[in-house]
Amino acid sequence: MHAVHERLGATMTAFAGWQMPLRYASETAEHLAVRRAAGLFDLSHMGEIAVRGLGAGAALDYALIGQLSALRPGRARYTMICADDGGVLDDLVVYRLGEEEFLVIANASNTSVVFEALVARTAGFDARVTDATSDYALVAIQGPESAGILAPLAGGLDLAAMKYYAGGFGSVAGRSAWVARTGYTGEDGFEVFCQPADAVIVWDALLARGAPAGLVPAGLAARDTLRLEAGMPLYGNELGPDVTPFEAGLGRVVKFDKPGDFVGREALAARASSGPRKRLAGLTIESRRIARHGYPVLADGEARGAVTSGAPSPTLGVPIAMAYLDPDVGADQALSVGIRGAAVPAKLTDLPFYRRRQ
Amino acid sequence: MSVPAELRYTPEHEWVSVEGTSASVGITEYAAQQLGDVVYVSLPTPGSTVTAGEPCGEVESVKSVSDLYSPVDGEVVEVNTELEDDPSLVNAEPYTAGWMFRVRVAEDGNGDAALPPDLLSAAEYEELTKSAG
Repeated sequence: MHAVHERLGATMTAFAGWQMPLRYASETAEHLAVRRAAGLFDLSHMGEIAVRGLGAGAALDYALIGQLSALRPGRARYTMICADDGGVLDDLVVYRLGEEEFLVIANASNTSVVFEALVARTAGFDARVTDATSDYALVAIQGPESAGILAPLAGGLDLAAMKYYAGGFGSVAGRSAWVARTGYTGEDGFEVFCQPADAVIVWDALLARGAPAGLVPAGLAARDTLRLEAGMPLYGNELGPDVTPFEAGLGRVVKFDKPGDFVGREALAARASSGPRKRLAGLTIESRRIARHGYPVLADGEARGAVTSGAPSPTLGVPIAMAYLDPDVGADQALSVGIRGAAVPAKLTDLPFYRRRQ
Repeated sequence: MSVPAELRYTPEHEWVSVEGTSASVGITEYAAQQLGDVVYVSLPTPGSTVTAGEPCGEVESVKSVSDLYSPVDGEVVEVNTELEDDPSLVNAEPYTAGWMFRVRVAEDGNGDAALPPDLLSAAEYEELTKSAG
């Protein structure tokens, strides 16, 4: 795929040992194309970990905070893997490919951590864990035109009937693939997991078919602003070993009522009853300047939090940010962000910043 | 990648256009492409003094904040106020509408602008960007 990105004029960036496209031309234009038409992403850096066996569902119930055994084949779930102390090791999308087969999608920088934790945690179960990252390329098509572009190229898949967070085996451009209606942009869209050797064929076919409908190749920079507008957390920014899902506002992802124990249960239960130590909030910045990761957030002039992610919002036309704030910081206080020495006014804004029309 | 022959350059990717003792300054197309979409430009105040090689402003893109260095010594006489409303001019037209500020430079005794000796020619700058990949 590298040659394809070079041909398209991409600015590449080193990320977790991969060379990935950061942008092709303007990240703002790529972002808007995804909101209005469609964008095509190469996400082959994402980690794929296969968990197979009669006890695979029970093993994942123990290893993760979700109840994956309850997932039906052909469905996907957003979940997390936590440490014993409840800290987030990674956030994951898990697909149930079959009765005895799951595919766990990890962030590129965490693939080995997640793989090793899954191997260790599933030791007592009838389950085999394989790092299948090199078996898959991942091409995502995201945006309102996605289904219309993908459908004529798809074989053996009823895309119109495919629900959000569902998937199926079929083909794209004649190449076999697992196709799921998932993504990280806040738009409708699909993720195509194919063999690495087929990635260029799948990519080129989608690009050629989609270009007349307004599809453009989109890089990681656009992906980051899209997920930020959609209020989706990013590991390393909103998520990390120092926060539990409760601080991130994702307590609902922790399934305390599932059968059996799971790693982190005790610490997470304590956190659930004591309340989060800080809370993730959305901010709109009243300037053109960007409130960036790590910048302090002030309430009535006092440092009461820190920005986790910030970027201009191409959809809203103003800079937006997510930040961890002390739990008692409220809308009645004057908020500002310390941007390289200047206190720039900011407003608490409900997450997500952007929600697509259904 | 455009590197106009008539301009002078700095290793920090600013360009300078000199007419008499007036020096116009911006950032190069290479810099603009590396930064990505520029969303905010902080420029020196007209009337202030800038020093060659010293930061005098900031260029903020979606992904990063970079210092803007003055390529010359002198007094800032004008800044491009268009960039306040439309910082994307830096990406679209880095050598023309995306200019940033103008400096009155001292005379060198022959009626020309006294420029720092280490400014790069277009050829030298192009070489630098190629070796940077």
